[in-house]
Amino acid sequence: MRVLMFGWEFPPHIAGGLGTACEGIVKGLAHNGVETLFVMPHASGDEDQSATTIINASDVAVDTVSSTLDEFLGKVKFIHIDSDMVPYVGPEEFSNVVEEERRRQVKDFRIQYGQKYNFSGKYGANLMEEVARYAMVGGTIALQNRDRFDIIHAHDWLTYLAGIAAKELTGKPLVVHVHATSYDRGDEKHMDTRVLDIEKRGMEAADKVITVSDLTRNIVINKYGINPDKVVTVHNAVDFSGRENLMVERGVKDKVVTFLGRITFQKGPEYFIEAAAKVLKRTKNVRFVMAGSGDMMNRAIRQVARMGISDRFHFTGFLRGADVQKMFALSDVYIMPSVSEPFGISPLEAMRTNVPSIISHQSGAAEVLKYAFKVDFWDVDAMADDIYALLQYPALSEFAAKQGYEEVNALKWNNATKKMIKVYESVL
Amino acid sequence: MKKSVCLYFQVHQPSRLRLYRFFDIGKDSHYYDQFANRTIFRRVAQNCYQPMNDILLQAIKRNKGKFKVAFSISGSALEQFERFAPELLDSFRELAATGCVEFLSETYYHSLASLRSPAEFKLQVNKHKEQIEKLFGVTPKAFRNTELIYSDEIGSMVSEMGFKTMLTEGARHIMGWKSPNHIYTNDLDPKLKLLLRNYPLSDDIAFRFSNKGWNEWPLTAEKYVGWLNQADGEIVNLFMDYETFGEHQSESTGIFDFISHLPEAVLAGGLQFVTPSEATSKLKPVDALSVPEPISWADEERDLSAWLGNELQQDAFNKLYSLTEKLSIIDDGTLWADFGHLQESDHLYYMCTKFFSDGEIHQRFNPYDTPYEAFINYMNVLSDFIIRVNEALAEKQQS
Repeated sequence: MRVLMFGWEFPPHIAGGLGTACEGIVKGLAHNGVETLFVMPHASGDEDQSATTIINASDVAVDTVSSTLDEFLGKVKFIHIDSDMVPYVGPEEFSNVVEEERRRQVKDFRIQYGQKYNFSGKYGANLMEEVARYAMVGGTIALQNRDRFDIIHAHDWLTYLAGIAAKELTGKPLVVHVHATSYDRGDEKHMDTRVLDIEKRGMEAADKVITVSDLTRNIVINKYGINPDKVVTVHNAVDFSGRENLMVERGVKDKVVTFLGRITFQKGPEYFIEAAAKVLKRTKNVRFVMAGSGDMMNRAIRQVARMGISDRFHFTGFLRGADVQKMFALSDVYIMPSVSEPFGISPLEAMRTNVPSIISHQSGAAEVLKYAFKVDFWDVDAMADDIYALLQYPALSEFAAKQGYEEVNALKWNNATKKMIKVYESVL
Repeated sequence: MKKSVCLYFQVHQPSRLRLYRFFDIGKDSHYYDQFANRTIFRRVAQNCYQPMNDILLQAIKRNKGKFKVAFSISGSALEQFERFAPELLDSFRELAATGCVEFLSETYYHSLASLRSPAEFKLQVNKHKEQIEKLFGVTPKAFRNTELIYSDEIGSMVSEMGFKTMLTEGARHIMGWKSPNHIYTNDLDPKLKLLLRNYPLSDDIAFRFSNKGWNEWPLTAEKYVGWLNQADGEIVNLFMDYETFGEHQSESTGIFDFISHLPEAVLAGGLQFVTPSEATSKLKPVDALSVPEPISWADEERDLSAWLGNELQQDAFNKLYSLTEKLSIIDDGTLWADFGHLQESDHLYYMCTKFFSDGEIHQRFNPYDTPYEAFINYMNVLSDFIIRVNEALAEKQQS
């Protein structure tokens, strides 16, 4: 079995967890005898290709190969994105808008025909344009390689349009993999309807939908209205091979409780701060660290100052590479109080570093981690209790560290990808 | 009697902190960005201190004692002079030797101690006084607080310490109908006389001089002396940062020509120069001035909001001063010095979030991209300092 896989990033150059998960997946698939062609918008050339063949979309010119322009455009509905939302218009104007859109698509396509597009592959201001262009290039790549794969696998909304294009042009089955949804990124009032639309189109066009947790599976079924029979949960795993736990000399004698991740609404930073203030009322020999950055960071800093705990609550800003490992190595308790977390790989990393973890019930990881402490994200009293207990009772923290370490080592992509292969087989 | 002009320059350079990360806490107690401090100091010395000292010295010599100025140089700045440009200390000594330059007293660390800890405030004022005596051979008699911060209470504390003269801002909201161009007294203690900054005339030089959109641009010494003559009262107090000359207003704006011509123009206009202490001994106060809430010379508000306006600043300030008692028990020179440098008001100023009013002037002197970064970095340093204080205290209590 061979898979054409559309991703957005791949280690070593990654901005989020998606790239790491993709690497784990292609390696797991390779272990189980499945070949992958991994397409990404911008490859740097230093990606590890031992388990997959990477196709850099920036190197591929838009080309229809055998099909004509009209056929190509008939099958693949591109979205043109640079205008604002179209306000309500009457039927006549609407048909003009549609006609104009069509002309624009042909024009766009003509401009891009035969051209390469240098993707940034990041999550920048022209993300929507990159997503649309990635679909065009993705369609081209699928046609050019049509004899080299049996199934298409697209990761997250950024690649769904490329997946749809590939399916339309080659007729091969499509599996979309939901690592996160708009519902995890913010409340319904502030969602980007363009993203929501792409997500829905991807899930609807897919022959099967893989979700990273049952939590996410429920969202896909209930919020996007996808047939439950089509949606399968394959929990994430984590690849710790070749990882030695760092030994880091500690500067502070106090115990350290760490939050590491984007500081956004979704991650529940304010609940961590409230719990920290409660713990500090009972014990002084502890420090709290919020590592990462995000749009709620400044609010978090103000909250800490207002509560008068800024000598015990530290911010590190965004950490990269070895500093992340260093931060785990310096921690005594890890906390992930996410309001909505499709999976959440960071507690697994913490537990692998022998750090006991407290995670919210509202995270996918809670479905697989028996030895993590689980609380509701809003229950700051329970969170404070657990932190306090892990700091004060060595028997408890030692037990949690030891069991947790073994638990996360057993979560292997080799096993997770076996489930994925079953999903592939069901649509072939 | 001739109307008096009192010219006073503030000289200060902060001890900028290096990028100090959480990982450094408890491991590395080196807090300062000496590269940035040296680079900036050298630049300001070249653009401002050196040329201005020369200009002032020549003007004093030319006018045979009739041109006078006052300086206040923070201890933090003096340390940087000693370290990065000792030759400039000689130049200040030469100015001191003319007898036409008064050196004012202030807190050694350009701190806000007057607002929180009278004991720490007195320590720093004494430390500064000793340093001025040592370096320039003169004893300061008039006082100016950090950023001209003043209130009735601060004034009475300063008076108790033996000062007869204090400088502050002629802030509109406390002056009301009163003119800043007279001598006033402290509302609680009439022994202390107040000199009030004439901010429109001071800011004409400090802020508006190079503004080509200003309808008075270009400003000449003659035109300016005309305005001084039109001003009511007995005295016009022109207080500004020394760095105005050549740094905030670059040489290309003609600021050096302006200041070189100003002494002769003022004297020719029938006015006289006085130093702050001369002013309060010659002139009679007209009234007591009530200032129940602290004022300063900063921003539109002329209050403390540039340093203590938001919760970040307040928490940092509270955490820092909560250490005062422990430090006096430990009484260790190295810890005192770091404690002092961490009290420099600049660190709090960098955390100011008033972007939309005077944000621009804040941003110009700010080593941080955002107030939040300033706060995080400062708190990381302070956390390390607190660990050292607690360790030293434990050691002291054991022995």
